[in-house]
Order: sequence, then C-alpha cells, then structure tokens
Amino acid sequence: MEHFDVIVIGLGPAGLAACKTLAEKKISVLGLDRKQEIGPPKRCAEGLGIAWFKRLKIKPNPEFAVHKIFGAVLFAPNGKSVILKSKKLQGYILERKIFEKHLAIEAAAKGAKIIVKSDVIQAKRESGKVLLSVNNGGEQKQYSCNLVIATDGIDSLIARELGLNTANKLVDVDSGYQYEMTNISGYDEKLLNLYFGTDICPRGYIWIFGKRKNTANVGIGIGGTQKETAKFYLDKFIASKPGLAKGSIIEVNVGVIPVGGFLENMVKDNLIAAGDAAHHVDPVHGGGIGIAIEAGQIAAQVAAEAVKKKDFSEKFLSKYNKLWYDVRGNELKKKVRIRHLLENLSNEDFNYIAESLSIEDVMKIASADLDKKSRFAILGKKMLKRPGLAKIMLKYI
Amino acid sequence: MLFGFFMGIRNNWKKCAYCGGCVGVCPVQALKLNETRLFVDNAKCINCNACVLICPVGANELAPDLKE
Repeated sequence: MEHFDVIVIGLGPAGLAACKTLAEKKISVLGLDRKQEIGPPKRCAEGLGIAWFKRLKIKPNPEFAVHKIFGAVLFAPNGKSVILKSKKLQGYILERKIFEKHLAIEAAAKGAKIIVKSDVIQAKRESGKVLLSVNNGGEQKQYSCNLVIATDGIDSLIARELGLNTANKLVDVDSGYQYEMTNISGYDEKLLNLYFGTDICPRGYIWIFGKRKNTANVGIGIGGTQKETAKFYLDKFIASKPGLAKGSIIEVNVGVIPVGGFLENMVKDNLIAAGDAAHHVDPVHGGGIGIAIEAGQIAAQVAAEAVKKKDFSEKFLSKYNKLWYDVRGNELKKKVRIRHLLENLSNEDFNYIAESLSIEDVMKIASADLDKKSRFAILGKKMLKRPGLAKIMLKYI
Repeated sequence: MLFGFFMGIRNNWKKCAYCGGCVGVCPVQALKLNETRLFVDNAKCINCNACVLICPVGANELAPDLKE
C-alpha cells in the first residue's frame, strides 16, 4: 500500500491549488480525481476578477484568460439598465478546462502526484491514518495517508464518510444551468450582462458572459426551491431574445451552487474540506474559482504544519477554520445578508433601483465593507419614496 | 412489501447531467454519483423531495419504488 502525507480528493481549482502548495513545501501529496480528465465538464460561468489574479499571483495567460471584461451591465425587469465600470470590476472570462489543466501541470511540476479516473470507494480511519480504497480505471488500489483534503465539490461524500456533514440545505443552494452559445448578438461583449426579475429568474439572475467573438456563456442561477427547473427559465429567456434565439448551443453546463450556509467547522480528525465541498462560494454572485483556490492554499498551509508537527487531530486542524474565516469567511458571511436582500426584491423594486440610484451608489452598497449606517446614508431619502423597499433593506442590510 | 409500495427517487439518465447537485442536498446520503451514473439507495430515501426540486434539468422524480 502506497503512503502519502496528504491525499487530495477532487481536483478542481481548490484541490489543485492544495496539491501545488503542498508540493512546494516538499510534502508528499497525491491528488485523485474521479473524472478521466482534469477540467471538463465545466460547471461554471468562468468569470474571474482582476483582484483574484493579483491575490493568487496568477498571470492572465491568454491561453486560458481568453476574454477581458471591463465591468457589468445590470438589466432591471423593465429593460432599464445600469452600467457599472470600474477597475475593481475588471476581470477575465476563463477557458476553465485549460485553466485547470494548467493548474494541474503546475502542481505536478512542483512534485505532486496526480491520478485521474480514480473513484474513492471507501475511506476509513485506522490507527491515526486514513485508508482509501480506490477504483482506478477498474483496478482496485489502496492508499494510506495522514490527512485527507476533501475538495470533491458539491457532491462531496468523502467528508461525510469521515464524519463531517457537508450536506447543503435546500434554501442555501442555487440551481444553475448554462449554455455556451455561439453566433449570438444583442449583448455587450466587454461587460458582464446580468438580467434581474422575479418573472424571468426567481431568486437569482441570468448572465451573459462574452467569451469570444459572438460566443458567450449564457446561464441562469435560481433558488433551489422553485417550481420550474433552471433549464425551463433559461430556455424561456433565450426564446424571448432574438439575438440569442438565432444562435447555436455548443455546450450544456449544469450545476448546483452552494451560495450560503457556510460551515462553522470544516475539519475533523485527519480531514480538511475546501472549495464547493465546504460551501466556499460568494453568496451574492455565486462565483467561487478564486475563493476555492485561496481556500485550497490555506488548507495546504495548515496541512503542511500538521505534517511537520505530526498532529492531525481536529483540534490542531481547526486552525484552518480560524485562518479561512479571518482571510475570507467573515467577509463572505456578511454578504449572505445582501443575497437575502436581493432575493426579497420585487420587480418594481428592481426597476426603482435602476432608475433612482447612481452607479457609484450601487457599487458602494454592493461592496461588503460598508457598515449599516453608511449604507443608509447613501440610500437615505430615495428609500422614503418606497416604504416597502426600505422595510426589506432594514431587515437585511 | 406485498400490499402497497414505498416511494423512491427515479433518475432519468437521459436528462441527468451528472452534476451532483442532488447528492449535495441529500440529507441522508441516499444518492451517490460516479462519472456516468447516479446511484439511488431508496432504502435510505426519506422522500424529502430536495433532489427533485434542486435538479436544474428535472431529471429526478419521486415515484413508487416497485422493487421493494
């Protein structure tokens, strides 16, 4: 039986970042993925902000950072739009399949061992170690390790098998559906196009993210408790836009997004969870690439310390909880309230906001670093005209 | 069961995209996914309907589990 200090299960952005960070620290690490290829299928709208590139020290290599974005345009239900442009909102649309391969190659170059088509069938603890039974392309293999980093996405069962309940509540997840479409028109290629409205998209938004000329990710995220499926709403939206309806679909992407309900504890003995498995997603826009990579790095940092100290207890590993919440979690938790606010807005509220607020106002309100008082200072008199909206704001901001 | 039947989850593999969302919301781990197949353990299923509601493509439905 082969032994590794750390085994990372699930090789998306979080898992690959963890592999790379551990390998850099000269820790023996094995990365396993159930799929037979790193990258596809993508379950993602592929946007990543400039700030993340800087924070994670990733260069926007044109091989995977295929399209630059300069801001966003928000459409209210009545068609009125607000354009937001700022340095903060710049970013790239990735070709995520290539991006992930790139991360994998980097991790392997540093010394991480990566095996695909490896489905972990069973994980159990035995005398301070974790034993994994793995089906590697039909062949049964056994591995042992001191620590498992579970980055196996929303359907993470590894963490649950090792005693950490990562299951999502239905109210805390969004149902996502997306087409990559080509030969389409009628949207702004340089901006993220976001459509709001309770009729077209209950408890969520529809997006069009340009990726290449006349080619874009057209997708939807809706609340998990809706009557109709995400596909139903997206098809309806596309049919209503001639510029989209004439296009061709070159890819279908399906996924469920854990947009709330962060786990207070993300560790157990011999186990750390990161990425979607630990619900590491921005509650407002549902993006998670940057957050996942960062969490993977933090997990690896703590894992490396654990290996050096030879302490894999929940108590020691809980350092990860504190680190992650300090760096990112607390900020994201604040944003859950903003999501609840958005979910409670009616069509009229959206229209009113689009008509009465300036771009700067919206930007300020949307950022998490404002306190309650200054948010109200911005909204002030405008809200007095719509008591219903003010009430919702009071409740959630 | 001789008389009556249990309800269980039936997955339509032609619709299913194997995204794993239903696995992520299942409170009792009755679902398990591998690359091309969703396994349903109806003995564990508590008919909570979460996997039916969350599915972006409507691939899951609650139906009589006739195997019992």
